[in-house]
Amino acid sequence: MVTGGVTKFAKAHPSMDFRLMVKRAYDYALKGIPNLTADRIDGTRISYFSDHFSRQLKAASMVQDYLGMNPKGSVRIEWGGATGGECFQAAYEAVASGRMDVCLAAGYETMSRVATWKGNEFIALASDTNFDFPLGGFYTGYYALMVVRHIYEYLRLRRFADVKDEREAQRLAIAEGSRIMSMVSVKNHLNALHNPYAQYPKRLTVDDVLRSEMISYPLTREQICTMSDGAAVTVLCDEARAREFTDRPIRVTGVGCGTDTMRLADRPFGRVPLLPHESAADYADLPYPGVHSFRAGRAAGREAYRMAGITDPNRELDFIELHDAYASSEIQTYEDLGLCRYGEGYSFVERGDPFLKGIDYGFPTPRAGAIPVNPSGGLIACGHPVGATGLMQAVFAFWQLQGTVRRHFGDGTLQLPKPRRGAIHSHAGTGSSVTVSILERGFR
Amino acid sequence: MKARPPTFSKFRDVQAELERSGAAIYHSADGEESLVIRYPYSINYIHSYAEDSPFFLGLADGRLRGSRCTQKRCRFVFGTPRSHCMVCGAPTEWIDLPTNGRLHSWTTCHFGSEAFLKETPYNLALVEFEGVGSLLLVRLKDAVESELYVGMPVEARFDPAPKYSITDVWFVPRR
Repeated sequence: MVTGGVTKFAKAHPSMDFRLMVKRAYDYALKGIPNLTADRIDGTRISYFSDHFSRQLKAASMVQDYLGMNPKGSVRIEWGGATGGECFQAAYEAVASGRMDVCLAAGYETMSRVATWKGNEFIALASDTNFDFPLGGFYTGYYALMVVRHIYEYLRLRRFADVKDEREAQRLAIAEGSRIMSMVSVKNHLNALHNPYAQYPKRLTVDDVLRSEMISYPLTREQICTMSDGAAVTVLCDEARAREFTDRPIRVTGVGCGTDTMRLADRPFGRVPLLPHESAADYADLPYPGVHSFRAGRAAGREAYRMAGITDPNRELDFIELHDAYASSEIQTYEDLGLCRYGEGYSFVERGDPFLKGIDYGFPTPRAGAIPVNPSGGLIACGHPVGATGLMQAVFAFWQLQGTVRRHFGDGTLQLPKPRRGAIHSHAGTGSSVTVSILERGFR
Repeated sequence: MKARPPTFSKFRDVQAELERSGAAIYHSADGEESLVIRYPYSINYIHSYAEDSPFFLGLADGRLRGSRCTQKRCRFVFGTPRSHCMVCGAPTEWIDLPTNGRLHSWTTCHFGSEAFLKETPYNLALVEFEGVGSLLLVRLKDAVESELYVGMPVEARFDPAPKYSITDVWFVPRR
């Protein structure tokens, strides 16, 4: 990867349509690299999620056209919420296979074209329309179902095992889980204060998050990402050209993708696919994945880690840009990606591992800096223009690894000290498809 | 000549104007004008339940059906029917599910998709059945948020005037 660009994510960009948004991100990406001119690009991979939002079929052809890329090869990528992550991997494959020397990956979404609750309806059409959608299909509802069970498995049965009254025990566990999810929301919103591209940077307290509007019990508004308009692009190329374009290239050393059943109700209750640093004894009695974990995320992580030679992700990754559409799914994903054991996601937050060092979050974070998750602010604070999101993560991770956060953000607070290796994680549906890509510093 | 649509600098005001007259001009901070219009889009789909049809016809008869793998070494039982087995790929056969189950998980939706906003708050629940390997997602009625818990016994109710939708069945707490 040699460059990237992102538009500021916003509720609406009425003065830019999707073509112009992508063009702005593209111009930004090419601006800093004199040798990388349009004629050096062999082809493109273009992503957007929803034809319903676009109401323009074959909209990717219009992006290709507007960028002046005709008659080069191109294809549109769509894979739900993981659309951007898939687009990144499609561009990687175009280069790795030798088909292209230089490939542009570009993505966007324009979600402001309908009212928020209509937008929720479009997104919910990405659930089974025979069995799930007609019940009141609503993604926040699905994620609430998953986290209620996650809290039951790991807080009710562990922290509140001695409470006799079942209802009381579950209420206490949900209150505990909500408090910890709110810490994640505080982290991501606060990190984003230093990211000029973010849609909703703000200083919040745990109480602010808990008291924000209840959307689907127990998930509150501030624990959920929002609809956005935005675009992001990256350029990938082979190693020889990378050295020609920049003295700070970033290597893609692992790609992984996993899937699971479309319906939550169909998820099996089997065994955990282990990562190298785990053992079967860790999870002897754990039915997996059920609805409490994301088997697709585990599968994507396993594939990417194996390819990159990672055996203990917590020690071997310096940061992760993680698909936090919900504060709950960020915690569930820590476990899927092996940053901690299954069941330890809540204490992982309380210990402070995913927080940044040097930022005051308003509560103790003793192990801050151990493995920062969403240093950019993630989806919760940056926004989630679906087709752009996975590419936005790639761009933020790229700037982290290059050590150029200050140059691009005008603020160096979020720059980690010499990170060597990071991961980006893009997630779709109720976890029906997930990608993980590993990026590493490709220079001394 | 028709008058220019009114100009606004807040997108929220643009949206309000679109509801009134169908066109508005958005004036951005850097002085650009964008013409914004509104148009409707509605469709009737012709949708076959195809291999899932017996399930929906069953609901209309007050029967809750799942499916069971016909392969002797598998025999997986599905709480949401699938006509081929997810585990081994063999065809399944229709079975009657118990109409009693327990909450595997639940939530109360205070918002929803536009189509369901007027029904809020409503409960969604994943129901588990004794001896069945997968779950069923349903609406849970006659119960409020504070009463619900994982493991709660629930039972099925059927719509006497079926709409041929998954909403023809719902669950209530078993009393």
